[in-house]
Amino acid sequence: MKNPMSLIREIDYGTPASTSETLVTLNVDGFEVTVPEGTSIMRASMEAGIEIPKLCATDMVEAFGSCRLCLVEIDGRNGTPSSCTTPVTPGMVVHTQTEKLKKIRRGVMELYISDHPLDCLTCAANGDCELQTQAGVVGLRSVRYNVDANHFTPKVRGESNFRYMEKDESNPYFTYDPSKCIACSRCVRACEEVQGTFALTIEGRGFESRVSAGAHESFIDSDCVSCGACVQACPTATLMEKSVVEIGIPEHSVVTTCAYCGVGCSFKAEMRGDELIRMVPFKDGKANRGHSCVKGRFAYGYASHPDRITKPMVRDSIDQPWREVSWDDAYAFVADRFASIQKTHGIDSIGGITSSRCTNEETYLVQKLVRQGFGNNNVDTCARVCHSPTGYGLGQAYGTSAGTQDFDSVEHTDVIVLIGANPTEAHPVFSSRMKKRLRAGAKLIILDPRQIALVRTPHIEAQFHLPLQPGTNVAVITAMAHVIVTEALYDEQFIRERCDWDEFEEYMEFVTDLRHSPEVVEGLSGVPSETIRGAARLYATGGNGAIYYGLGVTEHSQGSTTVMAIANLAMLTGNIGRPGVGVNPLRGQNNVQGACDMGSFPHELPGYRHISGEDVRNIFEEEWGVTLVKEPGLRIPNMLDAAVEGTFKGIYIEGEDILQSDPDTHHVAAGLAAMECVVVHDLFLNETANYAHVFLPGSTFLEKDGTFTNAERRINRVRKVMAPKNGFADWEVTMGIANAMGLNWTYTHPSEIMDEVARTTPSFAGVSYDHLDEVGSVQWPCNEKAPLGTPIMHIEGFVRGKGRFINTEYVATDERSGPRFPLLLTTGRILSQYNVGAQTRRTANVIWHEEDVLEIHPHDAEQRGINHGDLVSLASRAGETSLRADVTERVAPGVVYTTFHHPDTQVNVITTDFSDWATNCPEYKVTAVQVALATGRSNWQEEYNQQAEQSRRIEHDGELIHGD
Amino acid sequence: MATEAKMIREANQIATFFHSKHHDEGVAGIAEHLNKFWAPRQRRQFFDMIDAGGEGFDELVIEASATVWRPEPVAS
Repeated sequence: MKNPMSLIREIDYGTPASTSETLVTLNVDGFEVTVPEGTSIMRASMEAGIEIPKLCATDMVEAFGSCRLCLVEIDGRNGTPSSCTTPVTPGMVVHTQTEKLKKIRRGVMELYISDHPLDCLTCAANGDCELQTQAGVVGLRSVRYNVDANHFTPKVRGESNFRYMEKDESNPYFTYDPSKCIACSRCVRACEEVQGTFALTIEGRGFESRVSAGAHESFIDSDCVSCGACVQACPTATLMEKSVVEIGIPEHSVVTTCAYCGVGCSFKAEMRGDELIRMVPFKDGKANRGHSCVKGRFAYGYASHPDRITKPMVRDSIDQPWREVSWDDAYAFVADRFASIQKTHGIDSIGGITSSRCTNEETYLVQKLVRQGFGNNNVDTCARVCHSPTGYGLGQAYGTSAGTQDFDSVEHTDVIVLIGANPTEAHPVFSSRMKKRLRAGAKLIILDPRQIALVRTPHIEAQFHLPLQPGTNVAVITAMAHVIVTEALYDEQFIRERCDWDEFEEYMEFVTDLRHSPEVVEGLSGVPSETIRGAARLYATGGNGAIYYGLGVTEHSQGSTTVMAIANLAMLTGNIGRPGVGVNPLRGQNNVQGACDMGSFPHELPGYRHISGEDVRNIFEEEWGVTLVKEPGLRIPNMLDAAVEGTFKGIYIEGEDILQSDPDTHHVAAGLAAMECVVVHDLFLNETANYAHVFLPGSTFLEKDGTFTNAERRINRVRKVMAPKNGFADWEVTMGIANAMGLNWTYTHPSEIMDEVARTTPSFAGVSYDHLDEVGSVQWPCNEKAPLGTPIMHIEGFVRGKGRFINTEYVATDERSGPRFPLLLTTGRILSQYNVGAQTRRTANVIWHEEDVLEIHPHDAEQRGINHGDLVSLASRAGETSLRADVTERVAPGVVYTTFHHPDTQVNVITTDFSDWATNCPEYKVTAVQVALATGRSNWQEEYNQQAEQSRRIEHDGELIHGD
Repeated sequence: MATEAKMIREANQIATFFHSKHHDEGVAGIAEHLNKFWAPRQRRQFFDMIDAGGEGFDELVIEASATVWRPEPVAS
């Protein structure tokens, strides 16, 4: 890592590592090697530095033993066993290179090559081909066989070759060239074992064996989810990134962190000069362990998309076209406007929003700008609209605002409870790890109104699916606790040792009441009581139970209460404080955990310390040389309310598109329109920028140094691989504003910002770039007590001392279906697109999802005369939009579902201002709606498009052009 | 929705949660919540309504208001 200017080549040990603690010593070619029991001879040899020739083996999948190249001789045993499938035994004496083996290997290789084109020089894998390498390794010098019967020439003796298959270029990111295939089945096994999709197979037998996507379909028409695992596994040019085909193989690589979801996968950005050739998942990445999804692996094209704005722009009012200016003029414009607003309307009249897309260092600087420069606490972040209830709920129960485990923990889980999360779409790499564990026998309980893929998918079926009515989470989870308490399935010893016993007794009394029984709750939630009982019993008695949850928990009026109900369940059953258990929020954005950690909320300073604490304020007052306000500042919805009322006039928004992502679009638009200076700092002219007066171009994760913190509290390095197209990293832009306001910041590198965080924030005290370069990543808390970080929390006791049971009374949301709006709308994501879609819509991923569609049950569709594909209107008391219908049984009758990736649909026109009682996290997951056949786009859509068009004009060399 | 109706709804939502606690604990919980999370601007509006009789607020909210910090008047 210290020398980034070479291509990182990770060692392929051939077979996966054994986790056994028993050690075995053997002898390989005269060298003693000690390895864990269960290790293959191939891997043991590699650890001794001896590489046995191989083709079908790679350490991302289990051994298969088909290529017959890795044969070895073992003293006292007959024959030549394959080293990949033969486990080591004590005292074993292995010979990897004998005359007999050489001859066999050359013969095997000759057969392979007889059915392979010899076009190495013009092949895309030239220089990166294991077949080529192994031919060299075994010393193959000639091929004696007739090649008439082959798979690689289109014609044989003038006649068309029936064995020849055309290249499949249907996937936008990689090609499948059957003529180069050696049928090693590494791709098939990667799809099964690593990704868990089972999209690939080997069709035919013997010489007719071919890799096939689905039932002889093209890749794009098959079940393939384009995760890239097969491409990574392929030893030849058969499965190859199109970028490598087009450009060539990379010459250096840099390890960095994906900027999509909260899994936070580590990748090698493989480069040629400053051109990114491909992103390859990094085996040492502790979040992803060498796996990836379609977004991180392939969807980075937005970084070089022509829509990117690279010059700062200003305008006096939003009906004017944009005017390009210098950076200094833009900073001065912002500083002047903000100063004059504060002079006229008071200190509290401006604020800022930090970005969960940006680095820790960058979010830290935005909240610092607000607190030090604006002189108030009006700073908030998009966690407001996603996981703020997690912070509140877990903070109340356990004393920390984050998940309790690392992702590796799932490998020790016996019962997975998945609540309001759809990891196959939203956290794909973690879902693959989860599916692997489920295939190994772990049980699965799902609470979700929809029939998400994991309910039933190849080789996985949930033991219990609780298809609850949206809005009844608290009732159902409390009913599970009722079962555990009344049937005495709770872990009394754990509770006595770790929790407040008096509070537990009160909780017992509360939860035992008949109103929490599954039989009563069935009436509210629609979930059969026996299903609730069965799920509760399984979780309580099935071994290590781990709860994973998503926004289906938090984005409700009772989001915080649901988090507490989940915390109760884990404490009741003693499922906290060791591997395999815990409470695990699946975070949406790459750095939403980090943005929360860095003091982005209006009521707390970095490290979740309330602003009212004098000691904490003192630390920062000394560091920043100002007096801090002890009162909490405004949250995003309060800022917008205040704007509509005329007391909030200016905002700096870093990497956030609140007009599209926040609820009740009309209200957001009214708030923005009422402001005098809206500063948008982003890659693209996003929807919010339609209301902006200043646009500051942002930089991508490829263009800067920094850190992201993922859902397991893991702090991962982001490393710059190319110069920012806009000229500056985002932290430099925020510093530009600060210095135009006279704050005299002098950072020259993001590592200095992290040093400041470490100086001021105890849970980050041990974090520095040097430390991260050395150990790869750490999970906070990382300090003197835990220099390597904390993979699992609450091991000996809860952070707050005793764990707290909290009564969780179910309260029906005010958002109820009625005669005017008889259906309940709930929202979510799809694999290929990401949130507001600003990035993924600017990549080839649109091939999988061109528009948002409305899922509606056939019964509800028929009543309304709606057919599959019809344009329908979707209306709530807040607004109306239109989109196409997808008639499906994935949703229950009475429930409709859509995604929110496209501004043209803008589902948040429909969502309301109802929110979580504790944190104001919007109730995205429940909106009462009506659906009807539509004749065209809604009025709102027409007007919005016109306004957007007007607003995006840019004056360039005296001409008007349209930004997009 | 008008500011006042929204204020009442949000305060009562908080009270609803704290109704499942013992009375004194619930009252203290509401006050602590408003002190910790509501900006002075919100609490100012809140007290305007409480001082005008507090119509529409949950009884627990009205009780809690005695220990909610009164923000300093707006500096104009």
